Amino acid sequence: MAAILIYSEKSSLALELLTAAGILAQGCSSEVKGLCLNNDEQAAEMASKGTATFHIKNENINPADTASVAAALEQAAEKLDASIVILASNRRGKELAGRLAQKLQAGCLTDVTGLAVVDGKVQCRRNALSGSVIATQQIESKRQVIALAPRSFEAAPAKEGGSIQDLEITAAASPLKVIAGRPKTGDTVDIGAAEILVIVGQGMEEEDLHWAESIAKSLGGEIACSKPVATDRKWFPEDRIVGLSGKICKPRLAIIMGVSGQVQFTVGIRDADTIMAVNKDENASILQMADYAMVADLKEVLPELAKSFG
Amino acid sequence: MNIVVAIKQVPDIQQIRIRNREPVLEGVSYTIGKIDKNALEAGVQLKESSQSNVIVLSAGNEEIEETVKEALAIGADEACLVIDDKLNDLESEKIAGVLAAAVKKMDDVGILLFGEGSSDNYSGQVSSRVAELLGLPQVGYASSILLEGQTAKITRQLEDEEELLEVQLPVAVSILGDSNEPRIPSVTQILKAGRKPQEILGLGDLDIELSGEKTVMTLSALAPETDRKRIFLNSAGELVAALQANGFIGR
Repeated sequence: MAAILIYSEKSSLALELLTAAGILAQGCSSEVKGLCLNNDEQAAEMASKGTATFHIKNENINPADTASVAAALEQAAEKLDASIVILASNRRGKELAGRLAQKLQAGCLTDVTGLAVVDGKVQCRRNALSGSVIATQQIESKRQVIALAPRSFEAAPAKEGGSIQDLEITAAASPLKVIAGRPKTGDTVDIGAAEILVIVGQGMEEEDLHWAESIAKSLGGEIACSKPVATDRKWFPEDRIVGLSGKICKPRLAIIMGVSGQVQFTVGIRDADTIMAVNKDENASILQMADYAMVADLKEVLPELAKSFG
Repeated sequence: MNIVVAIKQVPDIQQIRIRNREPVLEGVSYTIGKIDKNALEAGVQLKESSQSNVIVLSAGNEEIEETVKEALAIGADEACLVIDDKLNDLESEKIAGVLAAAVKKMDDVGILLFGEGSSDNYSGQVSSRVAELLGLPQVGYASSILLEGQTAKITRQLEDEEELLEVQLPVAVSILGDSNEPRIPSVTQILKAGRKPQEILGLGDLDIELSGEKTVMTLSALAPETDRKRIFLNSAGELVAALQANGFIGR
């Protein structure tokens, strides 16, 4: 039976893919093979989780060049007889998914949040129509490329029986030059892992932000935001964005302030255990999806709240 | 040089209501995808700095003729539309084939722009698939493009890293959502939009064959069930009490 090949340039995500691939391998009685590109450390880590790991060492592969990475993966899929390739649906992975699928003449689904094998077929769950619905979809083509949303699966635990083998492929020089790469500054908080989130939207004014930050701190939580607050107003780095194009979060508590509740946002928070929402507009749809809703002016309510947590 | 901006006509997400967990699309009007507008804005800005020509490209049913007028008003110089009822709501793989075939018919395409994802499905496959079909290098999630002759300097935003890349034209680029402020057309621009050239193609004009088989089947698409308490609070004090009652603050 054809193999399932997994690849992500991020080791933490590759381990999540491993767990997902394990579910499919059981259902389709096939074998999981892990792929690493010029990354000894990742190869060792994958092998330590019991994976048959294949390591391509070829300096011509340019990780910033999607075409170059896709060409390497295409050859690996052929050589390793893989009919299903599982990628991570982070930005690099999602960009890669479409290109690889086109090379392999494969059907493709991205941002997949759940998988099951039903009657020998892989069923994928993903958000559709901007997250207003959850779709269950099935790829009909023989070859499949599936990109999994980060944090949809647990990382695979340590396991015996892994191995590392080198895999040879050919790679042409890349036409894309990386002039500079710099890590986004300072902030390395993973809001996706936070138990408590205080989320601010465009209904808040910049001078009141410190109140929200103080509340988050008192509760032992993190501050997060809706997309325009980061991309347009630039109050926070993009890794604090909750929503379809940010992070999908499942905290125990989300306190949402000044966010109207468009579905592109709510998809990122609707799985929270408890949702509290404060909004000036009584018609804001966020109030309809809250356990506790409050119609109030943030300017008045924030100082009061911050003081009572003090 | 031509700058091609591919746009997708999508149902206006704001107008979609859910009834019995099913989305109601009846009567919902169509619009240009939100992130596609960022791509269009990026294209129009490049045109202004490089004296190029912006062609807006779309494929779908005949309603796209109306939808694309907005793109022409915003600043595209001409439109290339592939119109066929079969193209409505087509999956990424097939729409990519249609768009790539239409681009092949154009001359001197320097940059091919897309939104990072569509407003409805946000699958993000089309730009990558078209780039592969045309054999072009690609850069996804771009927040800015600078042109220096035949060289493009593109900034890509990853989750934790910003990359500055250099590539020779032609190149396919997907633009990051919210990375610019799409301009709002003036009344004069809207009036002039109707007179801008539109090339209307049918599937027969393109060198492709569309197979009727679906590569992706949708088995179900239902709104998630929400079971929220929806308790309205009247004061900060009540909010604090609710947090206490739920064990988020102990006292």
